[in-house]
Amino acid sequence: MSQRHILALFNDFEEAEGAIRALRAAKIDGFNFDDLTLKSPIEHHEVEDILGERSAPVQRFTLVGALMGGLLGFFLISGAQANFYAQMKGGKPIVPFPPNFVLTYEMFILGGVFVSILGFLICAGLPAKRSPLYSAKVSEDQIGILIKAEDKAIEKIKSVFVTFEALEIQEEAGK
Amino acid sequence: MKDIREDIAWAKINQDVLKSLENPRKLYWVIVFCAMAVFSVGLGCEIYQYNVGMGVANLNNPQVWGLYIATFIFWIGMSHSGTLLSAILHLMHADWRKPIYRFAEAMTTFSLMTAGLFVMVHIGRLWQFYYSLPYPNERGIWPNFQSPLLWDAMAIFTYLSSSVLFLYVGMIPDLAIVRDNIHAGWRKKLYSALSLGWEGTDRQWRNFRVTYLTIACFLIPLAVSVHSIVAGDFAMSQQPGWHVTSFPPYFVAGALYSGCAAIITLFIILRYVFRFEEYMTLPILKKTVRLTFAIAMVWTYLNAVEFASVWYSHDQASKDVLIQKATGPYAPFWWGMIFCGSVVPFMLSIKRFQTNIPVLFAVSLLLNLGMWLERWMIVAPTFSHGYYPWTWDHNQWPSMVQWGMVFASFGWFTLLFMIFCKVFPSVSMYEVKEMVYHRKLHAAKGGNNSQGAH
Repeated sequence: MSQRHILALFNDFEEAEGAIRALRAAKIDGFNFDDLTLKSPIEHHEVEDILGERSAPVQRFTLVGALMGGLLGFFLISGAQANFYAQMKGGKPIVPFPPNFVLTYEMFILGGVFVSILGFLICAGLPAKRSPLYSAKVSEDQIGILIKAEDKAIEKIKSVFVTFEALEIQEEAGK
Repeated sequence: MKDIREDIAWAKINQDVLKSLENPRKLYWVIVFCAMAVFSVGLGCEIYQYNVGMGVANLNNPQVWGLYIATFIFWIGMSHSGTLLSAILHLMHADWRKPIYRFAEAMTTFSLMTAGLFVMVHIGRLWQFYYSLPYPNERGIWPNFQSPLLWDAMAIFTYLSSSVLFLYVGMIPDLAIVRDNIHAGWRKKLYSALSLGWEGTDRQWRNFRVTYLTIACFLIPLAVSVHSIVAGDFAMSQQPGWHVTSFPPYFVAGALYSGCAAIITLFIILRYVFRFEEYMTLPILKKTVRLTFAIAMVWTYLNAVEFASVWYSHDQASKDVLIQKATGPYAPFWWGMIFCGSVVPFMLSIKRFQTNIPVLFAVSLLLNLGMWLERWMIVAPTFSHGYYPWTWDHNQWPSMVQWGMVFASFGWFTLLFMIFCKVFPSVSMYEVKEMVYHRKLHAAKGGNNSQGAH
């Protein structure tokens, strides 16, 4: 069965929230709730909560990046200091921990920040191509619900959107 | 009075901010022209110094750092304002920061770039800058990893790159707004590339929120470490007047202080130039002023701690430097620092001045003059009056080349900053929308909306 996209624009979060709840409750054949995407000009925790548990694993990247950065920093410096095995150090430590801590700390942060950004791009799916249906109104003041569903489900989804007073409904042409 | 009207339509927020990318007041072009002129003077000075040699700067023993390093510290300090507004106040849910944090973050980036120039200028031999970078080479020579100067280079690189990324990531949703609204042309292509295809999906927002918060958490200790390390350049030496344990917090407080004062100056300029009266409101200015006053008092206290610890330390050389500062050739500048940094801020405590724009503009400039003098008074008097009397030189005065480059740094910073504000949205549209939305919800629930949602 071929699948199509349908986008509805709403005036505010309450109407979009109502439509999402109705779509979830309706259990429409040919529509998987995970294929629903909310588009909004601001982040909105309440509506996102209705979408259910959807992960944001950026912090795992952060942890790995910070640890890698710190370790890389420490071993880079210590490796360089190991040159001094060939030199007289007058009894002073070859790898002195207190000053090395400072650079390790900076590299810990640098690694954490860089890899968090990388994690963000991966987890958010950026850079991305424009979706098949897009309205610039979503970046202004309207809330969009984009759904990918089978042809047979499209009419039922559309009727839910109409019930919740969608301002505009865009449909991808059938294949 | 409300920080912001909760009945502003979201579409109007877009229109007003997008207008700033097209049509500023004429004063904008006057500022850009003046900044370019001032910067050209410094560029001429640098070319002259490069060709003739460091002698033209009059940087000789004992004054080996001169105005270059004093101004370097000043610009590093200035950068802390962005972290204060965008990271610290973000974690504290102070939503009044939302209309003004973007330009403060841009300030952070550009002041760090300005500070970096002074390291190069100070080296003199620009072509040997790479000597200070830690890379394996055939001579088996590494930089001294135990030196605070190397820590400094690493800390500033980390801070600059993290700040640029933080500024950029925080701007992605706004870049998408600009992409959707600007006419076709090179700018459309630029915003399309920079917005990375952002469409405001729940997946994008969810990951954006976590990333922004995570980087904010990293930036706070980073900002503190940067200026502590700069303080370490002084405090870890044995020089009289510098070997003081309170230097790191003193430097951090000074950094926040000068950054806040600069925010007031630029707030007033941007508000007028880009017609941002609706967003950069007087109640927000008042909050910034109160914050600046509080930090000014912390700085004043730490100054007093520094003087007291020198005075009661029985370290005669340090005591002599302090006496030199107050009574020697540097006395007018040292007392100027005390006046501008500790007395002038009391103007900020007077209620009717807290929203008086001409007074605040003048006061903010004086505060920053005081903070620049503070950095000069840290560097110069100690060099002029060290441990050994035969090294003393109280009359060595920076040459016009040094002064030229100091003035030019303000031109360079202003030029970068004003270009940024014309090319990128200097008010965060999506965060102002959030602010308006939350205040509307809060008002609907019967709350006191002058206090905001948080």
